[in-house]
Amino acid sequence: MFVDFFYQLRDARIPVTIREFLTFLEALEKGVAKGSVDEFYYLSRASLVKDERLFDTFDLVFQNFFKGAMNKTTGLLEENIPEEWLRGMARELFDEEQIEAMNFEELMQELAKRLQEQDGEHHGGSRWIGTGGTSPFGNSGNNPSGVRIGGDGGGKSAAKMWEKRDFRNLKGDVELGTRNVKMALRRLRQFVREGAEDEFDLDETVKSTAHHGGMLDIRMRAERKNKVKVLTMFDIGGSMDSFIKISEELFSAVSTEFKHLEYYYFHNFLYERVWRQNRRGYNEWTPTWDVMNTYGSDWKAIFVGDATMSPFEISEAGGSIEHWNEEAGELWLKRFLSTYPDAVWLNPVPPQRWMATPSIRMIYQLMEGRMFPLTVDGLDAAMKLLRQGRQAPVKAR
Amino acid sequence: MIFTGTDKYVATDDLMTAVNAAIALQRPLLIKGEPGTGKTLLATEVAEALAMPFYEWHIKSTTKANHGLYEYDAVSRLRDSQLGDDRVQDINNYIKRGMLWEAFASDQQAVLLIDEIDKADIEFPNDLLRELDRMEFYVYETKETVTAINRPVVIITSNNEKELPDAFLRRCFFHYIRFPDEETMEKIVEVHFPAIKKKLLQEAMEVFFSIRDVNGIKKKPSTSELLDWIKLLLAEDIDPETLRGDTTKAIPKLHGALLKNEQDVHMFERLAFMSRRQGA
Repeated sequence: MFVDFFYQLRDARIPVTIREFLTFLEALEKGVAKGSVDEFYYLSRASLVKDERLFDTFDLVFQNFFKGAMNKTTGLLEENIPEEWLRGMARELFDEEQIEAMNFEELMQELAKRLQEQDGEHHGGSRWIGTGGTSPFGNSGNNPSGVRIGGDGGGKSAAKMWEKRDFRNLKGDVELGTRNVKMALRRLRQFVREGAEDEFDLDETVKSTAHHGGMLDIRMRAERKNKVKVLTMFDIGGSMDSFIKISEELFSAVSTEFKHLEYYYFHNFLYERVWRQNRRGYNEWTPTWDVMNTYGSDWKAIFVGDATMSPFEISEAGGSIEHWNEEAGELWLKRFLSTYPDAVWLNPVPPQRWMATPSIRMIYQLMEGRMFPLTVDGLDAAMKLLRQGRQAPVKAR
Repeated sequence: MIFTGTDKYVATDDLMTAVNAAIALQRPLLIKGEPGTGKTLLATEVAEALAMPFYEWHIKSTTKANHGLYEYDAVSRLRDSQLGDDRVQDINNYIKRGMLWEAFASDQQAVLLIDEIDKADIEFPNDLLRELDRMEFYVYETKETVTAINRPVVIITSNNEKELPDAFLRRCFFHYIRFPDEETMEKIVEVHFPAIKKKLLQEAMEVFFSIRDVNGIKKKPSTSELLDWIKLLLAEDIDPETLRGDTTKAIPKLHGALLKNEQDVHMFERLAFMSRRQGA
């Protein structure tokens, strides 16, 4: 029962496990969704999909499955969908008189026909779910929500729950989850005990109590704190627009990990000034010198940017597209790197394109190869390198 | 035992199905959604509707999984032994039960709310897998296994600050509380303010949804903020006529209840200024 549905979900890359599927069947058996197709839809969603970003994909699969399950010739569902649901659907689609006039089999055939009609508007029945590619639902963007069944004589709208696609806005292909980032950034932690002694130290207390011949001697110690300091520089040049929000969210999600975490923003490339706010409020900039003077060289610098620009913007004075820069960006980056020896550059552009883009190649060389793709693995490698410090050799790529 | 909402809580059909599935299968129910959509309230209402005892475990960033099970107070036992107190002979005197234990030990099936699970450490949910799955845990100090007399209805809320581990998600039912549409919202407001005048409600809703629609707003006002605002409007006895009008022209009355961010207030003032200038 519904095995096909399970595989369709998996084909659409919804991570459904057998356990969840069994839970779903169990709930069906217990009669949680006796009443209607809508309840069946809600139940399957609650038990099989655990991420609201996947709700939209789920709706599409459900829609497709539900139509595909209806047998064209006999009009009956191949899966064991209860008769009551079908009658309920029929009541939505046809007038009472129409229903009265037909026997059950005719009614089901008519229902099947109506459901198949909807298929026409979607361009492509069961083949809809692609077998490969990163976006199995590439064409789904054009799918009008709430498809109407073109019934004759005041046909009723049949926008079912899953066809409304209410969750479309929540769908987001986030490469890095906050969880992944957090796990990767954890590599950077350096625990140090400092500050007020407010934590009970069991081991020391036992030892000290024994030492005093059994007289209780309570020992306290300071809490372990993460001492690593991170200075993050975000590119908010035009080409990064779509990307800023994600990276901001990711880094704010990990701000609990680092007590010392500072952000600055730069436009396209690092010049003599940086911004504290990403709104590009031009008046509120901070001189880059001030940043370098404020934060000592024990801070670790992370650049996040696509490094994609005209090579002049890096190599020439006055190369900036936004203002007249007295000194070349290259020089500023070199200064910055000499202040912060532990620095990496995270690049959202896929590594395959790095060497083909002159500006990325230049920055890659300026960074002495410390450029990493903004993926889980890249982040992991970058953090490993930062943790090891300057002496670590950089692998040639 | 079927949950159908209460006279104080408007539950949508999909929420009811999810809650009933969780009750029927005795699995935890994970609730996510925008802040202020009534995630925490749901658990108390389920408990009330089904007449079950209610246990609430609030999670903080320092909460450990053990805190929900039990804590062994070694220090006071040590101190009692120094003082020659008789209590010291029985280790049970020093074991403090956590909320999970309390819910397991309840004679009647209980509702257990684990509130804001995403606040805790990232590994926190993983530490509770067995406990929530089998509804039992082992107490090392007394060498006993605590098993739930009646498997409690576990409702877990998350604000999506951290992603939860897959192993944990597999064991839960999941429901995402969407921001209510206007129809549901009207029902919600009527449940809270039964005596509200139709006109005021209409105007207030219009203002509220138009504020939510403004592009670039940092923190969208939520259901609970709308309710606060209406409470204020009622208390001040605001005339619905004064609410009327485009929100871009003037910043709404008593906006402090809706806009919680000085940048947002500033933006509205600027929008109002610009449209006044255009109008002039």
